[in-house]
Amino acid sequence: MKRSGMFWIFITPVLLWLVLLIFLPHLDLLLLSFRGDASWTLDNYRNFFTEPIYWLTFVRTALYSIITTLLTLILALPVALYVTKIAKPGLRGFLMVLLMLPFWVSELVRIYGWMILLRESGVLNYFLQSLGLTNQPVEMLYNDATMIMGLVYTSMLFMVIPLVSVMDSLDNSLIEAACDLGASKICIWRTIIIPHCKPGIVSGSIVVFMLVLGNYLTPNLMGGKNSLWFTEQIYNQFIASFNWNQGAAFGFLLLVLSSAIIWLGLKLTGQRLGELSS
Amino acid sequence: MEADLIVTCLNKEFGSFRAVEEVSFSVAKGEFFSILGPSGCGKTTLLRMIAGFEEPSSGDLLIGGRSMRGITPDKRPVNLVFQHLALFPMMNVAENIAFGLKRRRVAAAEIRRRTDEVLERVELPGFGDKRIHQLSGGQKQRVAIARCLVLDPSVLLLDEPLGALDLKLRQQMKVELKKLQAKVGTTFIYITHDQSEALVMSDRVAVMNRGRFEQIGSPQQLYNDPTTPFVAGFVGDSNLWTGVVVEKDGEAVKVLTDEGFVFHCRQRGGSGRSRVTLFLRPEAMIIEPIDRAGLNIFQVTVKSILFDGANSRLLTATAAGHELLVALPQNRAFDHIAPATEITLGWHPKTGIAFELLDQP
Amino acid sequence: MPLTLTLLGDFVMKKVVLFAVFLMLCSSAAMADTLQLLTWKGYAPKELVDKFEKETGIKVEATFSNNEEMIAKLRATRGAGFDLVQPSQDRISSVQKEFKIYQPIDYKKIDVGQIVPSMLEAVKKNTLVEGKSYAVPFCWGTSGLVVNGAQVKGATSWKALIDPQYKGRISYRLKRPALIGLGFALGFDPFALYADEKGYAAMLAKIEEELIKAKPLVKNYWANGDQLLESVRAGEVTVAEAWDNGAWKLHDGNKDIDFVAPVEGALGWIDTFAIPAKAKNLDAAYKWINFIMKPENSAVFTNAEKTATAAKGAGKFIDPAFQANFDRSYPQTVIDKIKWYPPVPAKLEALEGKVLDKIKAAN
Ligand SMILES: Nc1ncnc2c1ncn2[C@@H]1O[C@H](COP(=O)(O)OP(=O)(O)OP(=O)(O)O)[C@@H](O)[C@H]1O
Ligand SMILES: [Mg+2]
Repeated sequence: MKRSGMFWIFITPVLLWLVLLIFLPHLDLLLLSFRGDASWTLDNYRNFFTEPIYWLTFVRTALYSIITTLLTLILALPVALYVTKIAKPGLRGFLMVLLMLPFWVSELVRIYGWMILLRESGVLNYFLQSLGLTNQPVEMLYNDATMIMGLVYTSMLFMVIPLVSVMDSLDNSLIEAACDLGASKICIWRTIIIPHCKPGIVSGSIVVFMLVLGNYLTPNLMGGKNSLWFTEQIYNQFIASFNWNQGAAFGFLLLVLSSAIIWLGLKLTGQRLGELSS
Repeated sequence: MEADLIVTCLNKEFGSFRAVEEVSFSVAKGEFFSILGPSGCGKTTLLRMIAGFEEPSSGDLLIGGRSMRGITPDKRPVNLVFQHLALFPMMNVAENIAFGLKRRRVAAAEIRRRTDEVLERVELPGFGDKRIHQLSGGQKQRVAIARCLVLDPSVLLLDEPLGALDLKLRQQMKVELKKLQAKVGTTFIYITHDQSEALVMSDRVAVMNRGRFEQIGSPQQLYNDPTTPFVAGFVGDSNLWTGVVVEKDGEAVKVLTDEGFVFHCRQRGGSGRSRVTLFLRPEAMIIEPIDRAGLNIFQVTVKSILFDGANSRLLTATAAGHELLVALPQNRAFDHIAPATEITLGWHPKTGIAFELLDQP
Repeated sequence: MPLTLTLLGDFVMKKVVLFAVFLMLCSSAAMADTLQLLTWKGYAPKELVDKFEKETGIKVEATFSNNEEMIAKLRATRGAGFDLVQPSQDRISSVQKEFKIYQPIDYKKIDVGQIVPSMLEAVKKNTLVEGKSYAVPFCWGTSGLVVNGAQVKGATSWKALIDPQYKGRISYRLKRPALIGLGFALGFDPFALYADEKGYAAMLAKIEEELIKAKPLVKNYWANGDQLLESVRAGEVTVAEAWDNGAWKLHDGNKDIDFVAPVEGALGWIDTFAIPAKAKNLDAAYKWINFIMKPENSAVFTNAEKTATAAKGAGKFIDPAFQANFDRSYPQTVIDKIKWYPPVPAKLEALEGKVLDKIKAAN
């Protein structure tokens, strides 16, 4: 087919956008990451592997991101099922609004909300104490569990939305048929619902994993003393240490390693990226 | 005869709406039992209560002598073939069929044997590896049935399983399903809104209307001896007259129709000089009868010939303009009939049935 | 392609082009009398911004940031996008040497009569690169300790930050002031070691060890001033590294809480005015400097932010409450002991960055 002028009118902004805003800056960063003090070098990349603090931080960040993704998935599956199959249509709209409500305020405000709730002199402690459940305030902030909870909370919507859209297309009679043939609840999840929802699970998990991996505020503010996140290290390289070369190298390592993790995850669960569109 | 399924006074309400009302019946072992009714009359709801997906509002339900109240679908000895089949698209044919067996923890070799066997029985040998979307409509149909049959249910429930098929295939599957049922001997409860399906396949048929059973009987009984005007109108075609009973002697009555004919016919129930509707099958009318003794005789004008092979009819009208359908046997005796000819019709009093008009407008 | 579609396409394109041109005109027109100011939160009080606009017709568009981000932003644009920035004086010369993001100050355009001469001289000296100076002093203060006296006794040294007595009630920002303060407390002279990279690294190693060892004592590493103030006010934190003005804000609400200048000497900073290399509106930049350094204007800032300025003769405009805080915390002996940050060599900041990462990652 001959490409018409119209085609170019519409495709040019897209191409420009890709080239100017995505490709060029990355190219610049890529070059930067191979620069040393005066010459070209691989040192910036070597540093990552030779300095345990760097790769350990990455491993930690990746592990926590995977855990968060799994937790989000486990929580989002029943929520999505409830929204699509059990809730009445009116309630359904309300639930979706409820899920989206936290995103009407900025991430920072959301996190401060959590902090007000959970801090030692916070709302929750006040209630615990006035109910006599504790006599000593408990610090609920600044630990990994709280941080993961915050991350799960932030990610929930991005998992629920794709799940809701795939579950909508799941015929109720498939679930009933499985039940009729003698399947237990767990078995129905395993053999019918989850296989059907695969495309949604894969795309939701990728989005959540990338979002969590790239998050900066939540680990930093809620995580407390030990919560060095890889993005924070990139930020520190750029901003605090003025080492843009190192920071750029870290940025590319994050891109490559996270892509590798996703690829591995797809491989292990026998998925292909192409299936996502179906 | 031993009854496999006994239903007593079953009711189902959705809010203030009664979808199933006071339904009672029993089905014998190995019987092919159909439930026939118009769309929305509550057939699926009734079937879902038997399968366990809906809790009855009241009434009881026994399968093999055991009450099914409070027993979940996965624990009932019945299986349901869904209106839209509900085959699992993420599995192939063999996995679909093996699904129920796996849930019962049958050994793998045994599963394979029984899967092959049931595929053989539904005449799909070697189809195990096919994906669901590679099957034709009729094949899907049979896989859905095989998936249930392999579990040896004491009752197999089928919810309009032919509904999605085209007419030709439906005709063919109708016969095959009947043969299959005879072969496997499982009790079938079959739902349909297509009377020909019900009449062809069933040992007995229940006609359902607005949540109630109007009549239960063999196909012949329903056709020849309907007990309610709804059954008379719904099963097969009928010509209708309204009129008044002028003489009554047991079942035999004399009716004066509103256009002035006096007909002898039968009446179901009713008393005295009431207003009635008279139902008469198209094939009950004899064209130009030779022996007219004891028949109701009247004149009509042919308006057109509705040729449909063995099912051909004449569209005729009485002097008052009342339209009637008359069966036209294709035995070459009536080749001379053309539109606008006047013909004489006769029918036997036994074939016409009058029902008292209720207070309906 | 149908003709109508082509026409539609052309029409859309024309509109887009027109709109883009319109936007450009607007923004350049707006730029002509706007001052793009990159500064710290609180350094451009609304009262002064309004007054400035009324006097000169120039609008001030302020962006709030911190030292590190200011440098990163200017470095990314090679000194464009802003007309005036306010980095600390110790962070200017090395950055200028390496990245050339500032332009020299034309001191003839500055009303030097309004500025405390000794501070002006010190800043000129510290920002000297190749014979030219790059900054004008604006305000100053110190980093020290904020202490809740009701619960904590005897926290007078930077060592309080690693003192087991205060377990679970300690907070500091995991940034250079904590490292430097502790360096002094451990008997080093970090500023003297600026010239000796090896010695500085050795000192950092020692500090790293101490801070990691004392990590279980820490409640949290604060990242944001308001967050710290809230924790101290709520009593969750009783000893923290903090700026003097923050401590005074708390003191106004609770007399037990006060600023403590550590015995090793509080760390003195001076925030300045500097002009980016590609500043567009130089005239407005100088006007703002001269405007805000007027005694009555600088006092508005001082009263609001509880921060002393380099403006001369602001005394009679200053809030007595602030004066009282200042006099209480800064007797002459304390002032004499303030360790003023000298310009920091870029190399050392990279070393510090790594140490800070290690401390944060340690368990
Ligand atoms: N869950 C429900 N809530 C409310 N009303 C329902 C529900 N399920 C069915 N009904 C109503 O009950 C009546 C009977 O429905 P049912 O599905 O049993 O009809 P059906 O005879 O199977 O019709 P069809 O031949 O069209 O499948 C309908 O009027 C339907 O609207
Ligand atoms: Mg139905």
